[in-house]
Amino acid sequence: MGMTIGEKILANAASKDKVVPGEIVTVDLDLIMSNDGTTHLTIDMFENKIKKKEIFDSRKVVFVVDHNIPAENEKTAMVHKKMREFANKHSIDFHEGRGVCHQVMVEDYVRSGQLILGADSHTCTYGALGAFGTGVGGTDFLYAMVTGTTWLMVPETIKINLTGKLPKGVSARDLMLKIIGDIGANGANYKILEFGGEGIKNFNISDRLVLCNLAVEAGAKTGIIEADEITLEYLKSKGRSPKNVFHSDDDAKYKKVYEYDLNQIEPVIARPDHIDDVVSIKEVDKVKIDEAFIGSCNSGRIEDLRVAAEVLKGKKVSEKVRCIITPASNNVYLQALEEGLLNIFMESGAMIMNPNCSVCWGSCQGVIGEGEILISTGTRNFKGRAGHKDSKVYLASVANVAASAVAGYITEYKED
Amino acid sequence: MEKFKGNIWLLGDDIDTDIIIPTEYLALKTVEEMKEYAFSPLRPELSGNIETGDIIVAGKNFGCGSSREQAPEVLIALGIKCVIAKSFARIFFRNSINNGLLLIENEEFPDNCKEGTSVEVQLNKNIIYENKEYKIQPLPDNLMSIIKEGGLVESMKKRNKQVN
Repeated sequence: MGMTIGEKILANAASKDKVVPGEIVTVDLDLIMSNDGTTHLTIDMFENKIKKKEIFDSRKVVFVVDHNIPAENEKTAMVHKKMREFANKHSIDFHEGRGVCHQVMVEDYVRSGQLILGADSHTCTYGALGAFGTGVGGTDFLYAMVTGTTWLMVPETIKINLTGKLPKGVSARDLMLKIIGDIGANGANYKILEFGGEGIKNFNISDRLVLCNLAVEAGAKTGIIEADEITLEYLKSKGRSPKNVFHSDDDAKYKKVYEYDLNQIEPVIARPDHIDDVVSIKEVDKVKIDEAFIGSCNSGRIEDLRVAAEVLKGKKVSEKVRCIITPASNNVYLQALEEGLLNIFMESGAMIMNPNCSVCWGSCQGVIGEGEILISTGTRNFKGRAGHKDSKVYLASVANVAASAVAGYITEYKED
Repeated sequence: MEKFKGNIWLLGDDIDTDIIIPTEYLALKTVEEMKEYAFSPLRPELSGNIETGDIIVAGKNFGCGSSREQAPEVLIALGIKCVIAKSFARIFFRNSINNGLLLIENEEFPDNCKEGTSVEVQLNKNIIYENKEYKIQPLPDNLMSIIKEGGLVESMKKRNKQVN
């Protein structure tokens, strides 16, 4: 019996020829990443709970401050200070103000075939480059930081087989929301979600990041896409090479295979408070909104900002709506500046934030009040995720969030 | 075989980490300070009424969402003995084991119990409720020993850094 890409990465990391789903393996980690959501607690445990205070290999550890940057109160300022001092003391790569952790990792670190642990649920994003990234909590991160290893149960793999090409105006985000709507918020629980088929060739790296990033919202341990010429070209443009390029064997075993014809995908929206409550955007047409957000580790890249600029060019954001745009990294910000996109945003009346987790994190900026409604390109729409417990979050594509910001209510983008 | 009884608090499907402990309270210094806000978006009365030894029973996908370890930590701080659910989200599952919180998966039981009633659990064996037995799939040995030793950090100290 053959293996899937994910199984091959785990076998390689466990120094074994073969692994099978259900097996518990101890694996060597290529990289570990932690951000200001939880790192302070990990540092406290490191300082107070263990005797041998050594890091296995500080070159493989990355700290990113992205959730509350710049600090909005003294509590988060102290979290950042603790991270900064610890990183300095232990020679750990430390980034603050450079962007959302996953975007920084994709731009600067991730290589195909690596196994990466992150103290953040969206670490599954790295599968877009053919790596195995998975999220853990602070205790697992501490263990990984000290030993360079972790235990993992080899998951089963679910395949999403894509054919055809998305119609104009329909995005990878519409596809992924549709998939989650179909399989459910735990439809891939504990499993690998592997995206493949000829349709994947029509997806650039940004599209692939969108798919893998939301894998965890279906419960998956990771999302993953085979590294191909598009991946290798991206890595080359960043001055990196793959660690390993693995392909799923023809006789690899999948728990399930879902078929999607990309030509049939339509613009959709996830309704509050569950990401798997997905309907055609036409069904919620004209729902009034108070805020619109474009950004996050899911949809804050240059490709997203270009789409937003196309929609907002020469238009005004409704005076009843706060429209917040947050580039996912400094590189994205600079590129948007160079292309004149930021002028378009400012002229439309949108607010541009520094690269960070922004509205998607629900506690640093753009927090919404009681009864308010947000339409967002973020990752989650849980009850109270963006602020007051009785506020609501809709998730949609960049084009439709931007179009809704102009209209003042939820609407589908139509070219003039 | 260890056996215990507890009072049931019954919740639905997809209880996410932001419900278990909302983001705005994560910057509080200790879990003790956070615990009164547990489940506040959904059932604000819950944290004040939970007593040590109580059991949470829920539907599918309990603990979905973020990797925040404060989620199992507040449940432990509230005195929750274990969580029985139809299924658990995987990061929450790991975080619970790592902090020594017992989780039990059972498809049938959550649909057949009532809040405020008492249930008996025999570790890794079964759930006994109103004279009916619901079988439990035993946890793998390495996970069970992490729970018994009080979580991953304690277990790591005991085994000189190596769990497996």
